[in-house]
Amino acid sequence: MAEILVLAEHDGEAVKKVTFELVTLARRFGDPAVVWTGPGAQAAQSRLAEYGAAKIYLAEGAEFDEYVVAPKAELLADLVASHDPAAVLLASTAEGKEVGGRLAVKIGSGILTDVVGLADDLTAEQLIFGGAINVSARVRTGTPIITVRPNAISPEPASGEAVIEPVSLTVSDGAKQARILERVVQQRGARPELTEASIVVSGGRGVGSADNMALIEKLADSLGAAVGASRAVTDAGWYPHQFQVGQTGKTVSPQLYVAVGISGAIQHRAGMQTSKTIMVVNKDPEAPIFELADFGVVGDLFKVVPQLVEEIEKRTS
Amino acid sequence: MNIVVCIKQVPDTWSERTLKASDSTLDRDAADAIINELDEYAIEEGLRLVEAHGGEVTILSMGPERAAESIRKALSMGADKAVHLVDDALAGSDALGTSAAIAQVLGQIGFDLVILGCESTDARTGVLPAMLAERLGVPQLSYASRVETDGSAIAIDRQADYGYDRVQATLPAVVSVVEKINEPRYPSFKGIMAAKKKPVQTMSVADAGIDPAQVGLANAACEVVSFAKRPPRQAGTIVADEGDGGAKAAEFLASRKFI
Ligand SMILES: Cc1cc2nc3c(=O)[nH]c(=O)nc-3n(C[C@H](O)[C@H](O)[C@H](O)COP(=O)(O)OP(=O)(O)OC[C@H]3O[C@@H](n4cnc5c(N)ncnc54)[C@H](O)[C@@H]3O)c2cc1C
Ligand SMILES: Nc1ncnc2c1ncn2[C@@H]1O[C@H](COP(=O)(O)O)[C@@H](O)[C@H]1O
Repeated sequence: MAEILVLAEHDGEAVKKVTFELVTLARRFGDPAVVWTGPGAQAAQSRLAEYGAAKIYLAEGAEFDEYVVAPKAELLADLVASHDPAAVLLASTAEGKEVGGRLAVKIGSGILTDVVGLADDLTAEQLIFGGAINVSARVRTGTPIITVRPNAISPEPASGEAVIEPVSLTVSDGAKQARILERVVQQRGARPELTEASIVVSGGRGVGSADNMALIEKLADSLGAAVGASRAVTDAGWYPHQFQVGQTGKTVSPQLYVAVGISGAIQHRAGMQTSKTIMVVNKDPEAPIFELADFGVVGDLFKVVPQLVEEIEKRTS
Repeated sequence: MNIVVCIKQVPDTWSERTLKASDSTLDRDAADAIINELDEYAIEEGLRLVEAHGGEVTILSMGPERAAESIRKALSMGADKAVHLVDDALAGSDALGTSAAIAQVLGQIGFDLVILGCESTDARTGVLPAMLAERLGVPQLSYASRVETDGSAIAIDRQADYGYDRVQATLPAVVSVVEKINEPRYPSFKGIMAAKKKPVQTMSVADAGIDPAQVGLANAACEVVSFAKRPPRQAGTIVADEGDGGAKAAEFLASRKFI
């Protein structure tokens, strides 16, 4: 059976959930071969095996962490040439799309992004215009490169060997032009990652201040959720930019999205309207966000949210 | 510094957007057209860099005749001149084809720095900056929330899940920006008047020396098989808080097994 290459997303220790989703998806089309760059593969091996990875192509060089994406694209192009996979799957994240774009040019293949499902013939289902239109599309030239949205596929265990095969690649000078000088990690505590969380609680301008974002965090923690924010909040500096949900922030598609003090501008909706269930707290009954709500409370968030937290804690303790 | 800002004309996100039944490409006539919002941030950053270091901002846009309106707006913000790549043979190009065409023009007009938005609101593929960097063989500084350059070295803050990376390269380079980077200016009356006299060069596929076999719908590496509007969400339950809004919300969450 042909291989399906899956580029692992990880932070050198933990594998991101989306990688298990991709491996689960890959199994339907061939033998999942995970491509791992940098450290951490040995620690991740057993977990990748649990989701049915047949192989792990391991490239350990420091270049992969020292330079922006180009070395990863070079590695994938090399593996496509030597192993002729039936497809290459990547996460539809900023990083995944950038690797995919470069790879598409290198191997002259079509790329489909923001994919939420694949038919047996690799026809991809995509959501465009912020989820308003469903498109079925197909790559007709080269080895299909497909970037899949986190949370679109549910990861399912299956047994695999996950045999580690070291790959030696001399990264070209051309791929070493954008050097990472420093990594600035902004604390997010023990909360789940925004794009991977099954529940997201987001705060908007209605929250009123950076200090009040603690209320959103409290609600999030009571539900084991990730915290998100509208652009009004990140622009005001009340919460770091990487938590922004929307057109120019993260696209999330959790089981439950709770929008607190958010009006529902089109740019915000573009990042959350494919959430399975949506709950809204807003004092303005005319706020457009209510159009998306499965359940909405028209009221002051400073009254509704503390009561909600208290009720949740009562029910879960 | 010779800065080229790539802008795309897109349907206004506020108006209804749809695809054409005939060939599944964007129905550009059906919606109001504007500059892709993020590209205004790219223009602003180009203008600021030129104000600080000297040089020129050239706008480059590939698109139908109508894109001339967006180009004129970019010039009224303060860009110096523009190149409009317009040719029926380009219609329906996918990202691979678009990047081939734009890279070819960039190679012809030359640049120290190319600035783009990191994503367009219509295609939303967000792969063009990476494709251009790859084709041009220059470093890509992506998702920039801050750009600093002395005219030979360039450093940016690259936004990421965990925070950001400080990334450095030497010019020439391709930069893509996030909207956190600046606040785009509005065209002034003077700017609007001046824009009318600024040079806009139109180029065809042949003028630019683009390989016609790489562009257009017929040569696209991806094809749309079908499309459908998503059914609207079912109307939900909305309650007014009468002192029990939080409790009702908790009940809803419990009924859906979230707690
Ligand atoms: C290029 C571009 C990209 C953008 N990208 C994004 C993006 O990625 N993400 C994004 O979110 N936005 C984005 N925006 C901005 C977007 O247009 C809106 O401005 C933004 O989403 C508004 O945020 P908000 O809903 O928090 O604020 P507002 O629109 O001000 O809404 C605040 C809401 O809080 C409610 N409220 C106030 N006080 C209370 C209270 N005490 N209790 C309950 N409710 C209360 C109000 O009724 C109101 O509905 C973008 C804009 C542009 C131009
Ligand atoms: N037809 C085009 N002409 C000029 N620039 C473009 C074009 N399409 C995309 N771009 C640029 O590429 C960026 C990313 O677009 P995309 O990859 O289509 O999401 C945009 O923000 C623009 O700066």
